[in-house]
Amino acid sequence: MIPIKVLVPSGVLGLGFDLEALNNGVENNPDIISIDGGSTDSGPYSLGSGTSKYSRAAIKAEWKSLMIAREKAKVPLVIGSCGTCGTNGMVDWMENITIELAEELNQNIKIAKLYCQQEKNFIKKKFQLSKIFPLNPAPILNDHLIEEMTNIVALAGAEQIQECINTGAEIILAGRTTDTAIISALPLMKGANPGSSWHGAKVAECGALCTTNPTSGVVMVEFDKTGFTVEPMSKNASCTSETVAAHMLYENADPYILHEPGGYMDVTYSNYYNINKKKVRVEGAKWHPSKQYSVKLEGAKIAGYQTSLLVLLRDKKYVENVKKWTDKLSKFLKKEINERMDIDTSEYSLEFRHIGLNSTLGELEKNIRSPVEVGVLCLITSKNQISTEIAKLINPFLLHFPLSSNEELPTFAFPFSPVHSDRGCVYEFAINHILELDSPMDAFQIKISEV
Amino acid sequence: MLTLGEKVRKIRSKNAGPFWITIDIFCNNKKIYKEVCNKLTNSGITNLLMISEQQLKRFEIDDLNVIKFSFPRKIIQGDIFDRDMHGAQLAVLLSEMKF
Repeated sequence: MIPIKVLVPSGVLGLGFDLEALNNGVENNPDIISIDGGSTDSGPYSLGSGTSKYSRAAIKAEWKSLMIAREKAKVPLVIGSCGTCGTNGMVDWMENITIELAEELNQNIKIAKLYCQQEKNFIKKKFQLSKIFPLNPAPILNDHLIEEMTNIVALAGAEQIQECINTGAEIILAGRTTDTAIISALPLMKGANPGSSWHGAKVAECGALCTTNPTSGVVMVEFDKTGFTVEPMSKNASCTSETVAAHMLYENADPYILHEPGGYMDVTYSNYYNINKKKVRVEGAKWHPSKQYSVKLEGAKIAGYQTSLLVLLRDKKYVENVKKWTDKLSKFLKKEINERMDIDTSEYSLEFRHIGLNSTLGELEKNIRSPVEVGVLCLITSKNQISTEIAKLINPFLLHFPLSSNEELPTFAFPFSPVHSDRGCVYEFAINHILELDSPMDAFQIKISEV
Repeated sequence: MLTLGEKVRKIRSKNAGPFWITIDIFCNNKKIYKEVCNKLTNSGITNLLMISEQQLKRFEIDDLNVIKFSFPRKIIQGDIFDRDMHGAQLAVLLSEMKF
């Protein structure tokens, strides 16, 4: 069965790929087509709310191309971390899109769905049994925090994807999965070198980011008993030993070690060399299995309800004294909010950021100069939806607040009506822990359907 | 005096999961790489980023002429006080450092 060829259309579904490169990939006889569908990269909102970062239309259009490619190639098509966050609801959302497309394309398909979401009671029980351990850094876990989380998922690894492949499904819709597991699962099953299976998966997990032309998307990785080779499927892209090796640095805190369910990979002694102008060969990665099988947990909870206001200051005196102005305004507003609304400062946060001065880097900014204008972004976050009312109270003062009492009332620039923007519910990541399991499927379920 | 950004090919920073930031400094050749390795001290970096030295991980990757730093975020990604979810603009701080 070896070598095993894995076709990776792009780093994530929704980002786009070169169709000609995809067709080229299909003609090169892949054994499986694997694509990632999510990440925590865009922050806690997706997981907290259980929604997709990308539009349904974009996902559907790209998934259609992949379903057509799958039928031509006659191999399994796998997506991991459906709908960005990989909750059960997002697996079903992806199934819904798949069913619509199967009807449009007149395809009969067997679908395996891998559910990765965790019941709060299950997590509480595992926590009480000391089966959950913090990574560094991690919030302090307790029953109350578990209860507060809106969604908790466990990251599936190669074992759970292999279970799905073994069902004979043509399409696998997986909930939260490590980026690499959807690529490494089949080569590992078929006896490819374990270290290289994970290493090749890591190199290809962002699609053509490991090539000279990142936007071309599609790469093919071929795994065998001693290593792997990686090659872009676009005519306008190449892999070089540098582009491939450098990818281990990207978004990785440690450039040599990658932890996965069931162990870790070490690429310290890997060798990278060009076979030809496009193709790179890599050998030497080691896989170290762990004694205890564990999976990583992700979870998010509501941080509050947020409303923002933006005011623009162009008046030279106010631009030069903007920090002093907002300090004075903030103190004044907290008093007003307390007196008029009977809300204590412990029930909300009020923050001013100075766009044009140091709003990106905050206290780390070294290069502070007086700009032509400053945008003052006012952020109110409260435990309940009172942030809108607080913003409305703030509105007139943001427009007219004077630096000194003996001057005419100034008026600044409001760029919008309404001035306030409700940002709704905002979330925060609340867990960075691993969960020990006796058997890989203990925290996961597979459901089969046919369309 | 040159800045670090003028000395090297590229400096990038990025979140590495919600709880970490990593910074990669790509040097054009071995000579510059060695010079940067020698002159760029851990305390220089931790002072610039206002983090403790115990939190900083440093990697010198000879094969790629890359110096890499990783550290836990002071503010978790997407927290209400986070200003840069991907931490990608932190690289500018290093880039503008006098070297």
